[in-house]
Amino acid sequence: MYRYDQYDQQIVNERVAQYRDQVRRRLSDELAEAEFRPLRLQNGLYMQIHAYMLRIAVPYGLLSSRQLRMFAHIARKYDRDYGHFTTRQNMQFNWLKLEDTPEILADLASVEMHAIQTSGNCIRNITSDEYAGVAADEVADPRPYAEILRQWSTFHPEFAYLPRKFKIAVSGAKEDRAAIAVHDIGLSVIKNAQGEVGIRVLVGGGLGRTPIIGSVICEFLPWRHVMTYIEAIVRVYNQYGRRDNIYKARIKILVKALGIEEFKRQVEAEWVDLKDGLGTLTNEELNRVSSYFTAPAYEKITDVDPDLASYKSENKAFANWLDQNVKPHRHPGYAIVVLSLKKTGAAPGDASAEQMDAAADLADQFSFGELRITHKQNLVLADVKKSDLITLWKIATANGLASPNIGLLSDMISCPGAEFCTLANARSIPLAKMIAARFDNLDFQHDIGEIELNISGCMNACGHNPVGNIGITGVEKKDHGEWFQVSLGGSKGNNSSIGKIIGPSFSFNQVPEVIDRLLQVYLRERIEAERFIDTVRRIGIKPFKEYVYATEIAGGQEEGISVFKPAPYSVPFYSQRF
Amino acid sequence: MIIKNKAIVNDDWAVLRLAENEAPENVTVPAGKVIVPLKVWCAQQEKLQDRDDLGVWFASDERPEALKNDIGKFTVIAVDFPKFGDGRGYSIAYNLRARFGYAGELRAIGDVLRDQMFYMQRVGFDAFAPRSDRNIQDALKGLNDFSEAYQAAVDQKSPLFRRVQRNEKTSADL
Repeated sequence: MYRYDQYDQQIVNERVAQYRDQVRRRLSDELAEAEFRPLRLQNGLYMQIHAYMLRIAVPYGLLSSRQLRMFAHIARKYDRDYGHFTTRQNMQFNWLKLEDTPEILADLASVEMHAIQTSGNCIRNITSDEYAGVAADEVADPRPYAEILRQWSTFHPEFAYLPRKFKIAVSGAKEDRAAIAVHDIGLSVIKNAQGEVGIRVLVGGGLGRTPIIGSVICEFLPWRHVMTYIEAIVRVYNQYGRRDNIYKARIKILVKALGIEEFKRQVEAEWVDLKDGLGTLTNEELNRVSSYFTAPAYEKITDVDPDLASYKSENKAFANWLDQNVKPHRHPGYAIVVLSLKKTGAAPGDASAEQMDAAADLADQFSFGELRITHKQNLVLADVKKSDLITLWKIATANGLASPNIGLLSDMISCPGAEFCTLANARSIPLAKMIAARFDNLDFQHDIGEIELNISGCMNACGHNPVGNIGITGVEKKDHGEWFQVSLGGSKGNNSSIGKIIGPSFSFNQVPEVIDRLLQVYLRERIEAERFIDTVRRIGIKPFKEYVYATEIAGGQEEGISVFKPAPYSVPFYSQRF
Repeated sequence: MIIKNKAIVNDDWAVLRLAENEAPENVTVPAGKVIVPLKVWCAQQEKLQDRDDLGVWFASDERPEALKNDIGKFTVIAVDFPKFGDGRGYSIAYNLRARFGYAGELRAIGDVLRDQMFYMQRVGFDAFAPRSDRNIQDALKGLNDFSEAYQAAVDQKSPLFRRVQRNEKTSADL
C-alpha cells in the first residue's frame, strides 16, 4: 500500500499543528462556534447529539494492521472501546471530547493517517473497489489513481468552499463495486481497442434527497488528463453550483439543470486552458505511485487445497462461511476473505477494540498485514492462502467476525441514525438489529439469497437507501414521530437503479413485518434462481405493494409516536429529541 | 491596515459599497483612491475612464470575464467574500490571474478570516483586508500554515511531483 514520504508526512504534521491551534482558539472563545464549525468539519469533526464524532479518512478503504491497531488504541483511550466503519470506507468514533481531538490526530499522523476533508463542502475522501488488485475482473488497478487524486484534492486551495460536499469514487474492474454511478464524479479505469489505459468519467450522480444516476461526460479520457479534467469539472461547479438552497447545491442539480451536453461544453471550454499544462500527470509520477500497489510476494501453490473440501463436508458452519464470505482471488491457491461486521445483535459496521486488534492480527498472520474496508461496512483480508482458511475461520469465529452472511439479508447497511446524528429523523441501528433478529434463521436467509437491505435515518441517504434492493428511510412527519418509507428496486453496480417508494410510511415496529411481506411475494413469484432484484425488475413493484398494504400491520398509527423511546445512553447533555 | 505581500501595511484605498437606495448608474464616486463595485465601473465607465486612482471589486456572483478587456487599467482589484463559506471568490481570483493574466494587487475583502488566507494566497491573492474585529497580527500567521502543497495553483504553477524527487516504494516500506 502507499507509504508517506517526507512531503506527505510534513503536510499531515502541519495539519495537526494548525488544527491544534484552531481548537485552542475555539476553547478560549477567540473563535466563535459558527467560525470553528467549517474548520472542524474540514477535519471530520462533527458535534453530534451526545458528543463530538470524528471521521477518519481511510483512503480508498485500504488499511494496514498497524493503522487498525491505532484505531483500537484510540477506541480504548478516548472513546468507549469501539468504532464504526462507514459506507464511505471511513472510521468514525462517536464519543470524543473536543480537547482530546488534537492528540488523536497526532496519534493518527504517527501511522500516516488523518481526518482531512472527511466532511465539509470540499472534495471528500476518495473511495474505491474493495477488491482492487485482487479481483479477477480487473482491467487496471484503480488505487494509483485514487492516491494521485487524494494528493491532488488534499488542501486544494480553490475547492475548499464548494457549494456542497463532493465525492469521487474510482473503479477499475468490469463489475463496479465502488458505486461510481451515485457519486458526484465516478471514474472507471478502462482500456480502449488499442489497449491504452483511459478513464470513463461519470458526473452528477448522487443519493440524498434527489437520487440520480450519473451521466457520462467523457467516454475515454487518456489517463494523464485525469487531474486537469476533474479540475475543470469542479471549477465549473464551484462557480455555477447553487448556493441558495442546501438541498439543491450538489453538482447533480447543476448537471440536471444545464443538461449533460451543455455542462460538458462548459467543462471542455474550461479544460482547453488546462489540457497538457503542468497539472498533467506524468509517466514518472504514475509509475512512482503504482510502485506501492504491486502484488505481494505470493507463493507458488496449487489452487486446490484437499483439506478444505473434506472439512467443508464435515462442518456446516464452515461450509456456510466458505460459500458466503470467501471470494475468488486471481492468484492460484489464494482467496479473498470478508470478515463480517454484521453479527446479529450488533450495530452494522461497529467493531470493538478487541475485534480491531483481532482483525489486525489476522491480517498480519494471513494477509500481508493489510485490510480493506468495504462500502457495506465489512472488513476484507484480500490475500489469504486457501490452506489457511480453516485456521483463520476458527479465530475469526472466536472474535465474532465470521457471521456467514455476506451479501445476504442480514448484511445490512445502516447509518448511525437518530441516536447519534443530529440530522436523522429516526433510529437506524435499533431497526437494523430488530430486522436481523427477526430473520436470524440462516437457512431462510440462504433461501432468499443475494439481497441488499439499506437503512438511513433520513433523506440524506448515508445508509445508501435509494440504491438498496429494499431501502428504508426515516422520514419527517408533522407529528415528529418515527416513521419509515420503504422503497423497492434500487441497486448499485453496472446496472444501477434508484428504488421506488411503495406507499405510505410505517412505524418502527411495523417495518420487520413489511420486509417479511416483501420477501413472501418474492418467494411466491421468483422463477428458479432469480435474485430478489431481478424478480422486482421483472414484475414491477405493484404486486409487492398490493400485498404489503392488503391487510393491517400491527404496531401502526398509535405506536408511531409512542415507540420513540430514549436511547439507552446516560449522557450529560441529552438531546431534546428524546 | 491590510496585509500585503506577507506584511502589515497602511492602506489608503477606500472601498465603495452601495447603500440600499443607491444605484450603480448614479452613485457618486468620491475623489481619491477608491475601489468601486464592478457594477459601478460598468455603468459609469465613460465618466470614470480617465481616473488612475480607481480599483474595482467583484461580488462573488460576478464573472471575471466582465473585466477582460480593461484588466490592464487597474493596479488594484478586489474580490468580496460575503461570507467565508462562499467559495466562488477563489475561482474568480484563479481566473483573473491564470486566465486573464492580471498582475496587479489582488485583494480579498469582506468576511476574510485567518484560516482561509493560506488558500486565498495560493489562488492568487496577495493582499488581504481581514475582518475588522480580528487581530491583524494573528491573521498574518494564517499565511504560513503549510510549507508545501501537492497541487498546482497560481502561486506555485507546478505540482509537487514535478518539482521534487519523491520516494518510490523501497524495501523499507514492506
